[in-house]
Amino acid sequence: MSRNKQLRNLSLSGPYLFWIIGGTLIPLVMMLWYGLTADDGSFTLANVLAIGEPGHAKALGQALLYSAISTVICFLLAFPLAVILRKSKMGVKGFILFVFILPMWMNFLLRTMAWQVLLEKGGVINGVLTWMGLPRMRLINTPGAIIMGMVYDFLPFMIMPLYNVMSKIENSVIEAAKDLGASDWQVLYKVLLPLSVPGIVSGVTMVFVPALTTFVISNMLGGGKIFLIGNVIEHEFTVGDNWHLGAGLSLVMMVFILISMAFIAKFDKNGEGNLI
Amino acid sequence: MRKRFFVFLLIFSLFMCACGADDGGDQPEVPAGSNVVYVYNYGDYIDPDIIDMFEEETGIKVIYDTFDTNEEMYPIISSGSVRYDVVCPSEYMVEKMLANGLLAEIDLDNVPNFQYITESCRQFAESYDPGNKHSIPYTWGTVGIMYDTDYIEEGSITKWSDLWKEEYRDEVMMMDSLRDIYMVALKQLGYSANTTNEQELREATDLLIAQKDLVYKYATDAIRDFLLNESASIGVIYSGEVLYCQEEDDSLVYVLPEEGSNVWFDSWVIPANCRNKENAEAWINFMCRPEIAFKTFEYIYYATPNQGAIEMIEEEYPEFMDNMALFPDEEALAKCEIYHYLGSEADQMYNRYWKEFKAY
Repeated sequence: MSRNKQLRNLSLSGPYLFWIIGGTLIPLVMMLWYGLTADDGSFTLANVLAIGEPGHAKALGQALLYSAISTVICFLLAFPLAVILRKSKMGVKGFILFVFILPMWMNFLLRTMAWQVLLEKGGVINGVLTWMGLPRMRLINTPGAIIMGMVYDFLPFMIMPLYNVMSKIENSVIEAAKDLGASDWQVLYKVLLPLSVPGIVSGVTMVFVPALTTFVISNMLGGGKIFLIGNVIEHEFTVGDNWHLGAGLSLVMMVFILISMAFIAKFDKNGEGNLI
Repeated sequence: MRKRFFVFLLIFSLFMCACGADDGGDQPEVPAGSNVVYVYNYGDYIDPDIIDMFEEETGIKVIYDTFDTNEEMYPIISSGSVRYDVVCPSEYMVEKMLANGLLAEIDLDNVPNFQYITESCRQFAESYDPGNKHSIPYTWGTVGIMYDTDYIEEGSITKWSDLWKEEYRDEVMMMDSLRDIYMVALKQLGYSANTTNEQELREATDLLIAQKDLVYKYATDAIRDFLLNESASIGVIYSGEVLYCQEEDDSLVYVLPEEGSNVWFDSWVIPANCRNKENAEAWINFMCRPEIAFKTFEYIYYATPNQGAIEMIEEEYPEFMDNMALFPDEEALAKCEIYHYLGSEADQMYNRYWKEFKAY
């Protein structure tokens, strides 16, 4: 390789290298370093094993539970929509997608704050209820409110990969199934569902992982009453001022991310379920 | 290849360090020996007219900078990157600065107006600044309960344990900060808010867990807004917020609970590396003058430690005299405590119990 070519290659890949090193590699190394050392700089696994302490384990359990529930709800909402989108005409399809993607253009914090206004004791929903002569409901600061917020915020991440993978299923495949005597249900269960597994896996991870690690939603819609593992980590990095413990617990969360990546690699070999 | 990668990494990190290091305050250079005083105070914590009055009267030029948190101010003073003559930190930060030798002794002969500081404030200040030699209180306040008399009968809440009553389910908002919420539980149990006894902390944690189902929300600054928009009717709040809230909604009442509470101070101190100590003392003396302390009160609405100013408030605003946010009940005040730094081991213990309570 000539010197010139080398220089050109370096200048082209430079920004990317800079980004990867600055945005991923250095933070990751720092997290590992903080997570595996004690205050005096000596090596320790205590920060990682601290996940077993009652407070942490409970927070992790709650986070797993809430994110699992919201992932299931997201799937139940998104799958029928993807089937509908598959069949819709171009214009209708574009419009439905637009409606679901539109909120994503607004700031995520702002959208969550809007839910606060809706669910608050003196908020919009309770205002309508009292106006109709019905008793007020306790909506905000409950597990339900948090799951609601997770579903609302992460639903587009389930819809996109499902839609993507399903719109690629050829009509002839379904026609063939019907020719061979399959009922509508059988087409759904035996053809559409198995063929969209890559999209499902990718959608599930894209909802599950961010829901598992969120602390903003639980803070804003949980009124500080519900403490997820994301809140623990946030606390350690801010008020708790214990970066070692925060990084150690983040490493535990990394395990979940790695598991998800392994899942995607196994089921979505061709990258069909990718967002774009 | 590997070698080149490391060189790259090194250059990159150096670049990042250079970016990070360049945010120390820039101070307009005034030749040493000229008549100036560098003041470093909380943002929006003084009537701007007072600065002009001081300059006019003494001929000392004031260079006034502000900070938002004690934590932001501390490294600037300790690194000596900018040398201020007079700073206004909170009491726990005074304690820390004192322990690290960052404060100069104030010559009280140059601050005769110190005589106006009330006896009870001097006593509290003794606990973080023995002998009142390094700090002079500017404002002070307590943590208490504010409730809405439109929904709750006036006088029915007088102590912390009232917040555990079943009848106030979904009405109570607690402070979402570790020291403040443990203070509420510890004081109710009759323990010190600065305890390092694990058994007492265990009991306080259980008490907080027992209350959790009754609480509407744990929040900090938002409590004020939720009381004002009537989402809930009882909230734990800093006394400094009270007059603002009452101006918006006069049905709000503040009480300092019988069991005692936390009391905090913001005080003037002189950093050891100051350049114009006498000017700094002139500034502090000026701020302690009753008329000026009164003017400060009228602007920021925080309780004043100045006896002269208190007498002027009595005259001008008699309606404030029974306001517990400004003039708390002596008996309850006697049970109040300053927060002390407890050491990193105790900090971690608090953190552990706090997380258990939060995750419950």
